[in-house]
Formats: sequence, C-alpha cells, structure tokens
Amino acid sequence: MSDSTAIANGTAAEKHHEHPPYQRHHFESVDQQFDATNFAMWLFLLTEIMFFGGLFMAYLLMRNWYYPAFVEASHQLSIFWGTANTTVLIISSFTMAMSVWSAQMRRKGLLLVFLGLTFVLGLGFLGIKGIEWHEKWVKHHVPGIHNFSDASFLNPASDPEVYKEYHDKPLSPAMASKTEMYFFLYFAMTGMHALHMVIGIGLLIYIFIRAKTGAYTSGHYTFVENFGLYWHFVDIIWIFLYPLLYLISRY
Amino acid sequence: MSEHSEHNENNTEGEYHEQHHVVSPALYAMILLALLCATALTCGMSYIDLGEWHITQGVTLFWNPVVALAIACTKMSLVVLFFMHIKYSRRLTKLTVLSGLFIFLTLIGMTLTDYMSRAWGRW
Amino acid sequence: MSAATIVTLPDQSTARIPKMNFLSKENGLLSWLLTGDHKRIATLYLISITFFFFVGGSLAGLIRLELLTPQSDLMAADTYNKVFSMHGLIMVFLFLVPSVPATIGNFVIPMMVGAKDLALPKINLLSWYLYIVAGGMMLYTMAVGGVDTGWTFTTPLSTHYLNTHVVSAGLAVFVAGFSSIFTGLNFVVTIHKMRCPGMTWFRLPLFIWSNYAASILMILGTPVLAITLVLVVLERTIHIGVFDPALGGDPLLFQHLFWFYSHPAVYIMILPGMGVISEVVSTFSRKRVFGYTAVAFSSVAIAVFAFFVWAHHMFIMGISNYAALVFSLLTMLVAVPSAIKIFNWAFTLYKGSITFETPMLYAIGFMGLFTIGGMTGVFLGSTGTDIHLTETYFVVAHFHFVMVGGMLMAFLSGIHFWWPKWTGRMYPEKISQLAALTTFIGFNLTFFPQFILGTLGMPRRYAAYPPEFQVLNVFSTAGATVLGVGYLLPILYLTWSLKYGAIAGDNPWQATGLEWQTQSPPLTENFVVTPIMDHEAYDYAWLEQQQQKEVASVG
Repeated sequence: MSDSTAIANGTAAEKHHEHPPYQRHHFESVDQQFDATNFAMWLFLLTEIMFFGGLFMAYLLMRNWYYPAFVEASHQLSIFWGTANTTVLIISSFTMAMSVWSAQMRRKGLLLVFLGLTFVLGLGFLGIKGIEWHEKWVKHHVPGIHNFSDASFLNPASDPEVYKEYHDKPLSPAMASKTEMYFFLYFAMTGMHALHMVIGIGLLIYIFIRAKTGAYTSGHYTFVENFGLYWHFVDIIWIFLYPLLYLISRY
Repeated sequence: MSEHSEHNENNTEGEYHEQHHVVSPALYAMILLALLCATALTCGMSYIDLGEWHITQGVTLFWNPVVALAIACTKMSLVVLFFMHIKYSRRLTKLTVLSGLFIFLTLIGMTLTDYMSRAWGRW
Repeated sequence: MSAATIVTLPDQSTARIPKMNFLSKENGLLSWLLTGDHKRIATLYLISITFFFFVGGSLAGLIRLELLTPQSDLMAADTYNKVFSMHGLIMVFLFLVPSVPATIGNFVIPMMVGAKDLALPKINLLSWYLYIVAGGMMLYTMAVGGVDTGWTFTTPLSTHYLNTHVVSAGLAVFVAGFSSIFTGLNFVVTIHKMRCPGMTWFRLPLFIWSNYAASILMILGTPVLAITLVLVVLERTIHIGVFDPALGGDPLLFQHLFWFYSHPAVYIMILPGMGVISEVVSTFSRKRVFGYTAVAFSSVAIAVFAFFVWAHHMFIMGISNYAALVFSLLTMLVAVPSAIKIFNWAFTLYKGSITFETPMLYAIGFMGLFTIGGMTGVFLGSTGTDIHLTETYFVVAHFHFVMVGGMLMAFLSGIHFWWPKWTGRMYPEKISQLAALTTFIGFNLTFFPQFILGTLGMPRRYAAYPPEFQVLNVFSTAGATVLGVGYLLPILYLTWSLKYGAIAGDNPWQATGLEWQTQSPPLTENFVVTPIMDHEAYDYAWLEQQQQKEVASVG
C-alpha cells in the first residue's frame, strides 16, 4: 500500500517519538545532529582555508620577488601592537574554549563570563587593528586609495622612528614602488581577517543573548562548539599572518 | 505535529563519549601558556639572523622564514588539536582537516613549480 | 525503435496521484519560499535553472547567427564578444555547475541514502536564494551592457584593458560560487552522516558516489575562485597591482588561481551527469553496473586528480616548460578514470536486456559523445598538439562535446528518468524519443564541424573569420537550429505531462534504489518508516522478490 495510506491509517501517528525540542525532525537522534553539524562546520572551515589560500599564494610570490621591499615595508608595522594583537587573540581563543567547556558543564554563569571575555578581547583586537590602520593612513601607506607614498623607503632617514630601530638602506625607485604591493597584501589579508572577526563578534552577541536564556546549558551546546571552531580558525589565520607580515626580518 | 516517523537509533552510540569528550580547563591553560611562549619565541627569533643553507648552486634556504613557519605550524597544531578538539574527534574529522591542508599545499606547491622553474636559479 | 519496454504503469482507470505528497502538503507562496523540504527546493532550482538555460541558449543562437557569414555583420565585434562571454558565464555558472546536483541531486540524494532530508535544510534554501541573487546580478550585468572578457576573465584584459562590467559579472559569479559550496557541503554531510541502517558505502547507488566526488570539488575548489574574483575586483577598482606587471604583479597569478578552480569545475559539471548515466544504464539493461567498485573509486580518483592538472589551460600563456611537462603528464592520468567509467558502462550493456526508453537514448548518446569529447581532451592535454589547437574551434568543440553532448544529455536523461518520481506522471514516450533523436542529430551537426574548423585553424572568440570557413560554419548553425528544437520539445511535453501524463505509480522503471520504493510524488518526509538497507545496490533479484510480495495499487 502507498505511504499516504499508511499515514491515513495512523500506523505512524501511533508511535509518538520522544525527542528533545532542539532535535530537528530530519535527524534520527541528537547525536546524529551534533555529529552532522560539527562535520558541516569543519567542511565550511575547509572552504575558508582555500579562500585565504589564494591570498597566501599571492603573498608568497610577491615576497619572493620583492624581498627587500617587503622587509623594509614590514618595519613600518609596530611590533608592539602586532604582538599585543596576537596575544589578545590567543587569549580569546582560550576564553572561547573555556566557553565551550562551561556549556558542556552546564554552568551558565561561567559561560556568560567567558563569552563576554571573548567578546571584549575580540573588540580589543579590532581596536588595535584600527590603531594600526590609522597609523598607516596617516603616513600615506594605504595603497590605491590614499596617495601612496614611498618616500619612507626611498629615503628611510626621513622616517626617524623607524630609522633609528632598523637603519634601513634606501631602496631603488623600482623596489621602493613594490612596497605598495606589500601594503596591499597587508590590508587585503588583515582586512579579510578583520571581516571574519566582525562576523564572529556579531555572532558572539547572538550567542550571548541566547546563552542568557539558558539555551546552551541544558545539554545542547552544539552551536557554541561549532562557533568555537570558527573562532579558533580565525585565530589560526592570524597565527600565520603575524610572522608573515610583522616578522619578515627585524635584524 | 502529530505525525512523526519512526526514528531508528543510528551508528552514533559508541562514539558519544568520544565526541563529547570534555577537555579540562587545566589542559586549556597549559596550551594557552605554550601558545604565548611560542609567540614570544617567534617574535624574538625575528631579531636574530639565523643564516642560510646553500643547498646547491643558485638554491639557497634561509632559516628565518623556515623557523617562523615551523613555530606558526606548531601553534596551529596546538589550537587544532586541543582548542578545536581534533585530538578527541572521530577519524573522519581528522581526515577532513588533513585533506584541507593537503589541497592548500597542492595549490601553493604546484603553482610554485611554475614560478620556480621559470626563474630557475633566480628564485 | 523496438516496442519492448520495461515500463510498468498501474491501471490507469483506477490510478490516482497520492493525495498526500510533498507538492500538496502545503499551499501558498510562502510555503515554497520558506521551505526546508529538499524536494521543493529541487523544484525551485529546476525552474530557475531552466530559465537561465534558455537565456544562455538564446545567446548561443545569436552567436551561431553571427557566424553564418564571415563578416561581423550581425553585430559589432565588441557586441559579439559580450554575447559569447555572457553565454559562457550563464551556461557554466548558472546552468552546468548546479544542473544535476541542485535539481536531481537535491531531489534524490536524501531518498537514495534513506534519510528524511538533507543534513542542513536551511543551508539548502540559502543555496537557492544565493543562486537567485547571482542570477539577478548576471541579468543586471547583461542589462547594463555585459562583459566581454570571455567567461575566463583573463588578465590583464579584464583588469586593465576593458571598460565593461567585469566587477558586477565577477561578483555574480562570486555569489553563485557560494551557492555551489553550500550545496556540496550539504551533500557531503548527508552522505557521511545520514545513511539509513544497513546502507554501507558500497551499497550506495553510484549516483551518490559521483555527487560525493563532485561535492568535494565544490567545497575545496570554489573558494579559490571566490578569492580570485575578489582580487580582480580590487585590481579594477583600486589598482592594487597584483595582476599588473607595471606595478610588479603577475597576470599569470590570476590564471593559476582561476584555473585551480575552473579545472575541477569541469569535473564538478560532469561527475553528477556520470552518476545519472550509471543509474540509467543499469536500469535499462536490467543489470547491475559492471565493476561497481571501479566506478565508485574512479569518481573519487577524478576528484583527486582534478586538482593536479589545471595548468593545461595555460600551456601557451607563459608557464615554464617544466611546469607544462608536469601538468601535461598529470593530465594524461586524469583521463584514465573517465575512460574506466565508459568501459564499465559498456560492459553493463553487454548481455543486458536493453530497452530504449528516452533516458536510455540520452545515456547512450552520452556514452558516444562524451567519449569523443574526452578523447579530444587528450589531444589538448598533450602540450605539443595543444600549441596548435588551443584558442581554436577545436577547444570549443571539445568542451561542447563533453558538456553538451555529455553533461546536458545526462541532465535530460536524469530529468526524464526521475520525472515520474518527481511529478507522479509519465512524460509522453514517443515525442520524447523524437526529441532525444533530434537533439543527437542537431548536436553532431552543430559541433562536429567545429573540430574540423579548429584543425583548419579558425580561432575561437572571433566575430569575423576567413571566408573559406563559411561552409562548415553554416552546417554548424543549421545544426544549432535543430538542436534548439530538440531542447524546446521537452519544455513543451514535460509541461503537458504535468496535467495529462499517465499516472506513473511508485516504480514505473522497475528500478532498484530506495527512492523507487516510495510513492510518486514522495511524501515530504520521504519515508514513513526509516528504511533498512539489506541488499546490494542494483540488486534486481531482490527487486523481483519485493514485487512478488506487493499488491500493486495506488490511491
């Protein structure tokens, strides 16, 4: 007999299946749901690896072709702010991992604390980024849109703060113009990274609000776990951006 | 909603504990410490000239970027294994991460074969 | 055509479409626009994809009209460039890439694995909305004047030498890419995590294996296209210089990144079609697919090798000889798994009980035309011959053979094959066989002359050509007209069949596969009871046993 007849006869309707309200109907069990959504988030992170991959490829090429320009241009980045940012993000990864732990242990108060800390640290990261970018803007090191100036590279002595630390040699005009390429990659990569941070922080607000209602501390912490994966991934991107952009050569 | 189809228990029973493994905060803290130390290390190393290795005529390996990337990869591994729980995940998840890295390396590596062979010796 | 047929329909005087099915479950526009049901989303996709197919097809018609005469007299050369560019963009990104996966795949994959829906229904719906946005952006691009770089956006032409709407076209493709990624992601999760009890990997239909492989390619390849298009947009808008030699960049970098996706893209396009062929060839030979394991693994092998061969699109662009050597060698390898499939399908036919219903006609057409297309791909993959054949009509003929003679035929085969399951009604057999034949004849007349034109030296993407090429071009255009008729007919009779087609019943083809064990059209939740898979794929003996147990009645 056809399926609709079976339903009409009520054979299926008799067996009302007990499952938690957060289990979607197309899943057989909560575990399958957790498993599937976790796997889905990992696959999404794979797409993100490949997305950033294109930028890393461009960076690799340009750095090798214009190494002197990259070295001197990277001296324009503040090692203090860069390291601070790295530290902030790594600690935020820790607080995010602790958020997941809190949700697993069903401790709502702790969960809110750690989510809040992650949020603040994330904002801190963006704030520092803003400071750094502003510095670049003021010094006319923003390529393409704000009168890029390679004066600091043609004549490094004209930039006393950086010069007294590194004593860079003046670059030839051809090589000095390639510092624009470095800065383009700097803004593209940190910009793309910052965009992902902004999305993450937005989602954190959502998670925080939901966490307050106890949504994640009654056994269903999938969303927090999967968001945690995203957050850690953004951290990993920065873990690579830091040495590639800031630490090219400071000797 | 009165009509529910029958649910059958699936294959996830045995792995319940595995994928819901709770990592202790103490371990997280140790990883955090390791990450911060590695950050300080990589920052410090950038101030030291580690020299180079002349493999053959025209092919030189500079140690600074190698060390920097090695430290970065170590930090990444710590985050992936412990913060992202890969150490406690199913084999499929581990394979997924590895395949992502593999394809990324293919993109970089095979594109490089073109660039390096175009500028043979001058790369 | 022989009168033998395996079609078994219920008694038409008493048969009715089941009252409760996924189409009748809810009514109203919102129930469609906010649906999570994979079958409804597949239907939405089918309608939108068909629309864009005809837009792209009309552009093809314009191309062939222009090429009737050697001079560029129907339209200016610049306009011609826009026509073929938009034709390529629409056909590749808005038709071929989503064709089988987003329509047939969305519809059938959950049922084939024994699940109630895909793993992420909301993401599925998002995928369709992204497709619509991308389609809208592409139509906007056309409306404001189009882009004339070719679908490949080759730099530095696209970044420095043109003033057409590269940015909006690039962004349209960017959005379409994410639509594709989400579809692929959904499939991979579903196939891994939502198989019903007893459904081991090697009991899955080969359609699943092919779509799985294509989905891996979608997930890993498409993001690189996305970032590449972002870089092109940035290059055009703020002149960052990454593709500009004057500023220190490299136009070839674009090509490496672009083709890193676009080569796997061709396998994204063809693999799902190959999955359809496995199903159809088996059903209409009443035999399990020969060498199941080989076909399954060949899908995975194609997916893996696909990532290693992209620079064979760049042999003349300035890559080093060593790179050309490496990529050429690897390209030879990637042809092997495809050949394995053709071989296995041929051996499935051998000693099978073959009948020639419409899906089978398209499938046989696929096997012949894809073989020709694939073999000519090997000529192009070999650097020495490629230097002469690339950028000529030989390439155009090659990819139309694999994509139109191959993929589009597989798509039509699949649409006809699953039409009874989708709508509950059969399409009219005679006219559909006529349409299949018309398509086959039209196709060969259109594209075979183009192989000859290519070897004679006619360049591609030119509005004007030397007069000695005219005769073959006229043949080609004549063929295109026939082809157009062949594609128009299904629209007409399939629409007709929605109201007047014979009631199909659960399993008109006597096919194996879990989707054929449900009603037609299926229930929203696919299965009343979660199925338990206790037999191998393509087990016709099991099917016979089932049928003896059943009482055949619908209603």
